[in-house]
Amino acid sequence: MDFMNTFRLALRALARNKMRSALTMLGIIIGVGAVIAVVSIGQGAQYLVQQGIQAMGTNAVFISAGSNRAGGVRQGYGGVKTLTVDDMNAVLQEIPLIKQAAPALSNRQQVVFGNQNWSTTVTGTTPNYFDIRTWPVQQGSAFSDEEVDIAANVCVLGATVEKILFGDQNPIGQTVRVGNLPFRVDGVLESKGQNVTGQDQDDVIFAPYTTVQRKISGITWLQFIAASAVSQEASVASVAPITSLLRERHRIRTGDDDDFLIRTQADIADLQNQTQSTMTYLLGGIASVSLLVGGIGIMNIMLVSVTERTREIGVRMAVGATEEDVRRQFLVEAVTLSMLGGFIGIIFGLVGSALISNLLSWPTLISGKAIIAAVIFSAAVGIFFGYYPAHKAAQLDPIEALRYE
Amino acid sequence: MAEETTSADSPNATAGSGKPVIRLENVFKTYDLGEIQVQALRGVSLEIREGEFVAVMGPSGSGKSTIMNILGCLDRPTKGHYFLDGVDVSGMSKSELARIRNRKLGFVFQQFNLLSRTSALENVELPTVYAGISPEERTRRAMDALTRVGLASRAGHHPSQLSGGQQQRVAIARGLVNRPSILLADEPTGNLDSRTSVEIMEILQTLNDEQGLTIVLVTHEPDIAQYARRNLLFRDGKLKRDSLVTERLNAREVLKSLPTPEEQAAEDAVEETQRLAKADSPA
Repeated sequence: MDFMNTFRLALRALARNKMRSALTMLGIIIGVGAVIAVVSIGQGAQYLVQQGIQAMGTNAVFISAGSNRAGGVRQGYGGVKTLTVDDMNAVLQEIPLIKQAAPALSNRQQVVFGNQNWSTTVTGTTPNYFDIRTWPVQQGSAFSDEEVDIAANVCVLGATVEKILFGDQNPIGQTVRVGNLPFRVDGVLESKGQNVTGQDQDDVIFAPYTTVQRKISGITWLQFIAASAVSQEASVASVAPITSLLRERHRIRTGDDDDFLIRTQADIADLQNQTQSTMTYLLGGIASVSLLVGGIGIMNIMLVSVTERTREIGVRMAVGATEEDVRRQFLVEAVTLSMLGGFIGIIFGLVGSALISNLLSWPTLISGKAIIAAVIFSAAVGIFFGYYPAHKAAQLDPIEALRYE
Repeated sequence: MAEETTSADSPNATAGSGKPVIRLENVFKTYDLGEIQVQALRGVSLEIREGEFVAVMGPSGSGKSTIMNILGCLDRPTKGHYFLDGVDVSGMSKSELARIRNRKLGFVFQQFNLLSRTSALENVELPTVYAGISPEERTRRAMDALTRVGLASRAGHHPSQLSGGQQQRVAIARGLVNRPSILLADEPTGNLDSRTSVEIMEILQTLNDEQGLTIVLVTHEPDIAQYARRNLLFRDGKLKRDSLVTERLNAREVLKSLPTPEEQAAEDAVEETQRLAKADSPA
């Protein structure tokens, strides 16, 4: 009996009791639907995160002062005073993999315009920072290198700060008070949205680092250096030479920890990716449990079906069905049930994730892999859970089966 | 006059002139039930030729069901041989026997055993499904068989839409669809009323007379056995009597003498009226 034949006969047998077939498939439908929806949503979230990371610049290398552990005490970001502009210049000079670099130090300050005031972060840097971070200016312009040289009181606003202080007014050329000092607004940056940790990246003001060092924060060291390498591979390759250069400059003994932390785009991307995919797989795994339950449901119903159809099996054997024929018939019925349920589940999963993405304005990425996995899984569930009932059916003695009440 | 023999080896007992399609040689069947051993058949030998119409009779426990199971290749003899169409099938494997059943045997059961919620055509097609032929050929053969039993017009009906007699006819068509050499019928009229039983026997007689189909039928009703040509009586696992039927009944004739369903209904109505009249009049 060829396969197409068997398949058609299985469909007809299942159609004889549509309600029961539908209820049996329910477990698989829910299981597969849940897995598809969860994975699509998870992948959508991952995509969002990846986009965010991409937005930071692909060749970026970030050197921040202070490592996870410095001197036995967790220092974290910015607590260490050893990173300087000279370090940055040394890196630029001695490591050709690095194309450009900008210093950065930050301070929280009150910013005032008119009767609006706002507490925000003031970050001192050089104009090439915006290039490194691929952060274009949407209005006006960034401050210039000359203005950095003379520590001019000029600034560039982030989109959030601009909106809060100026609303619909044109901010270019206006004067805001940063701390107690007047600063002329040279430009406004494009919106970057939230970063990977959920902070609003637009809630910031940039000024020449010289100005911030001398007139606002009074410190000479840097909190981090933003650099960009000549290529993505170069960014990864630059980590080792930068590390040894800085260790030498900071006179760190072998065996001691770095007093800085270097992160490349790739690192951040990887980390986020890993976290996200772990989450996605975890949720997918949980959803798969319902697939298992669906399989058990199929086995139960098939067993009942075999018992109910004992006479029918007897007749089939009497007219010439071999054990193999009977086993194959019930196995195909089980697999048909599970795969049909799988396909319906995939559709439900796709519809579900589209609905959720609409409701939460979250992108969902349809995972081709997940769909293929769902199809294979449904087939496997059908084969595995259908085997025992099929075997029972095949082992019936035709004479007894024909006599069965 | 019935020719009686006490042994099964009687050349006079055969009524067909064709070659032997069934030959049992000293067949034993023992069921091992753990502590007890049941000897269902004890040395049965017989021969059935092509074109015969044989009725197998006997009380329960006589071995008549066992004999049918062995003839139907659903069971194997513990000892002895069964030659079907000249081939010794007693030692064949289960799947080989299945193939034999598919090609050479047709079954008709007391309880019809049709698939519910399935059309008559599909029911008749069932044996062809295991014969490895194309769907078109299957449908053709099934329609053929349905026509032979006069139910071509009901091909799309489900068993629930058919009367008992019609269902049994579909079952007979199913038994014929692969053009077997032998039709084995186990109490085919057991679940039917008297008139329908005769209708079924008419079909079987027609198949046997006009198309030369060999028929072996198990029954416990002596009236039904009278439609066959030869009777095999079993008792205690042995063939006790092998005789030709005298005063054989012709189903077609019998049908003519029976009231039609309409006449029967009219008779019943008259009876009912009379009964009610008696009940009404004061005793």
